[in-house]
Amino acid sequence: MSIQRNDWSLQRKGIIDQERHKDRVKEAIRKNLGSIVSNEAIILSDGKRTVKVPIKALDEYKFRFNYQKSKHVGQGDGKTRVGDVIGRESRPGSGTGSGQAGQDAGADYYEAEVNIDEIAALIFEDLQLPYLEEKAKKAVQSRKTQFNEIRRTGVIANLDKRRMILENIRRNAREGNARFGDIKKEDLRFKTWEEVMRYESNAVVIAMIDVSGSMGEFKKYIARSFYFWMVRFLRTKYDNVEIVFISHHTEAKEVSEEQFFTQGESGGTVVSSAYQLALDIIKHRYRPSDWNIYPFHFSDGDNYYSDNEEAVRLADELISTCNLFGYGEIGEEGSSSYRRSSGALLSIFSDRLQNKDRFVGVRIDDKEDVYPALKQFFGKRGVETPA
Amino acid sequence: MEDREIKELERAVEQIWEVARGFGLDPYPTNFEIVPATVMYEVGSYALPGRYSHWTFGKAYHRMKTMYDFGLSKIYEVVINTNPSYGFLLETNSPIQNKMVIAHVLGHVDFFKNNSYFSKTNRRMVESVSTHAQRMMEYEFKYGRKTVERFLDSVLAIEEHIDPYFFIKREVSIAEEKRREEYRRKDGRYDDLWLLDQRASEKNEVATEKETEKTPRERLPEKDLLFYIMKNSPSLAPWQRDAIAMVHEEMEYFVPQMQTKIMNEGWASIWHARIMRELDLTDNEHIEFANLHSGVVSPQKGQLNPYYLGYKIYEDIERRWNEPSAEEREKFGRRGNEGREKIFEVRELENDVSFLRNYLTEELCEELDLFVFELVEEEEWTITDKRWEKVRDQLVSNMTNFGFPYLQIEDGDYNGNRELYMKHRYEGTELDMRYARKALEHVHVLWGRPVHLETIIDDESTVLHFNGNEHAED
Repeated sequence: MSIQRNDWSLQRKGIIDQERHKDRVKEAIRKNLGSIVSNEAIILSDGKRTVKVPIKALDEYKFRFNYQKSKHVGQGDGKTRVGDVIGRESRPGSGTGSGQAGQDAGADYYEAEVNIDEIAALIFEDLQLPYLEEKAKKAVQSRKTQFNEIRRTGVIANLDKRRMILENIRRNAREGNARFGDIKKEDLRFKTWEEVMRYESNAVVIAMIDVSGSMGEFKKYIARSFYFWMVRFLRTKYDNVEIVFISHHTEAKEVSEEQFFTQGESGGTVVSSAYQLALDIIKHRYRPSDWNIYPFHFSDGDNYYSDNEEAVRLADELISTCNLFGYGEIGEEGSSSYRRSSGALLSIFSDRLQNKDRFVGVRIDDKEDVYPALKQFFGKRGVETPA
Repeated sequence: MEDREIKELERAVEQIWEVARGFGLDPYPTNFEIVPATVMYEVGSYALPGRYSHWTFGKAYHRMKTMYDFGLSKIYEVVINTNPSYGFLLETNSPIQNKMVIAHVLGHVDFFKNNSYFSKTNRRMVESVSTHAQRMMEYEFKYGRKTVERFLDSVLAIEEHIDPYFFIKREVSIAEEKRREEYRRKDGRYDDLWLLDQRASEKNEVATEKETEKTPRERLPEKDLLFYIMKNSPSLAPWQRDAIAMVHEEMEYFVPQMQTKIMNEGWASIWHARIMRELDLTDNEHIEFANLHSGVVSPQKGQLNPYYLGYKIYEDIERRWNEPSAEEREKFGRRGNEGREKIFEVRELENDVSFLRNYLTEELCEELDLFVFELVEEEEWTITDKRWEKVRDQLVSNMTNFGFPYLQIEDGDYNGNRELYMKHRYEGTELDMRYARKALEHVHVLWGRPVHLETIIDDESTVLHFNGNEHAED
């Protein structure tokens, strides 16, 4: 019989295996990027750093009983009677508002806490701005000030107080009395900096969205999640990217980022209006000789028939002035890509555009399609565009 | 914790030990370690210190630690069933908490030592698991961490499916199996020379084995999936069989604990309460203890608290054998005042299933307000039965096979094609089909050829198939 107190400070097994678990979570996330990319918790995260997303494939699968179909024994407070309801089963799929219930009914996923920046890093790993060219007006120099050295002399405004206090305590300690106080000149430490110039090509992204009446909740959500990642991606990878937001129904107008993501409108669809506005903006603000230009447009493809001719013409014009023109057509939730292939803008574009080298059109019918779409738009590619 | 406090605890241990012995408890000598929370949760999540690494332990550790950090739950004690035994005390415990934990731990250790289901338990398990951890690490080094980890995923998926009475019918002991494995694993430069010796001795072994051993087919059906697969899988490498053997050995150690949860916790609770009453506590200490104790054995609404249930049943047994009714005196020949003796007998002979079957009475069911509940119309969890026999039988049935479906291997050469055919011994409760399919995939990893599982869904016999690529069922 004894009582002992040992030094356990080197005991790290739990933490090491916790890392293993984290690795597994990361791997599972990588496998599930498709569904995570369009997860509401992230898209609507409103600046939160971490969110919880359900992840398949992390359960510890065993042969076990169906809990819902089993009888259990419980204990009451002395007054229970047959017929009393002691709990309610939350309906699978409820609350999400998505049509996904049914196939996943009763599935209990492992909820992983993920850091949005980490997810972003994973998603952006293989993305880039395609066809980026050296343009004339080179230096949108980001002049960066980097504090990277400590000196004993300097401008008082650059005094490094933390280091000064440390030095002071250290000096006092050397004199046998470790305390803070009695600052002398030799305690002072100053930060100095270097100016770093960075040169990069200029790029502007023209984000266009269809906000006509036919763009329902689901379609807007898809466009929104695509742009969410696109904006994030561009801002993390490139210092000098400008983004112009245009929304349109029968008329187009330039809007703020916030309006772009939140506004709901109605009306018909005249796609050419947006393209015309984009061309005007390019003409006045972003000369193609100076800028890499990337217009992207999301719509359900339900354009006025009479406008198709004009839309194709302007799209061709856009393509000839731009590095890459991306068009995403969002279908009804869950519909197959064949159902409405004729008459929609995507098929018209792929039939009639003059210059398809720099055109990428994708169709999105499902939330899981957002990630592949991102990859198609921003994927690494050679000269050839996918058909 | 200051040295003064440790000195005080040492005195308390001596005193508690004496009191426990005085009550008739007979624990192994027990060493107590004072540890920080991180270590406490580590030991708690691995169930034994020093086990092999796996992400599932890390997940459990993380969960426990998070609960602790947020103040949602706290483990007071962890006890290790070895001889001598180990009890872990949280360094932030108050002196009274520690005394109660010490008394509680001694109750567990008495149970470990004296309950018959633990009679074959390896009491040097900490050493064994650390050699396992060592070997597992060698395999990770040799074959890659990911390979070993993935393989363990599959083994752990069926780790509960061992035979609790494995030691009885063990024909070729796992230890022996492993010794042969060691031989095969040697791959030094001149080790092939040993093969000559080995071949000679193997011939003898094979000869003797033949006499004692039935053919694999004759031994079927086999409840011990791990053992059967380890011995007969057409696809496993030696290191993989060894990994299964290690998991099997650790599960053999844990099974008695899984079989006696209610009894063990009830036993420890009843003795910590009695031992604490014998100590000289101040009024404040008494109040603190009363609070702690009622926290441990309080009923939780809706759920069953094993500490409380076990505690109440022992108390009830003791009362009924101390003051038997006239009928009991006549019918069963109970003389009265045999309560203490009786509960010691019960702690020696029973496991949870027999404990509940034999000693959960109508009066207790009523007093504890136990009930059967189930999901009605897929929506509402509803109390559907309060008849005490139904409650008891349901409880017993949920405890059977430690709450896991009873699977057995029916054929290891199904279709004449070395396919594995398993059967779920259906007793009224369906499998979780999504999980069953996934778990079947894990079995396929271990077997390496098509696997089948027969069960019952919606009252119809159904066979799940998995051939490595796709699932089918008929």
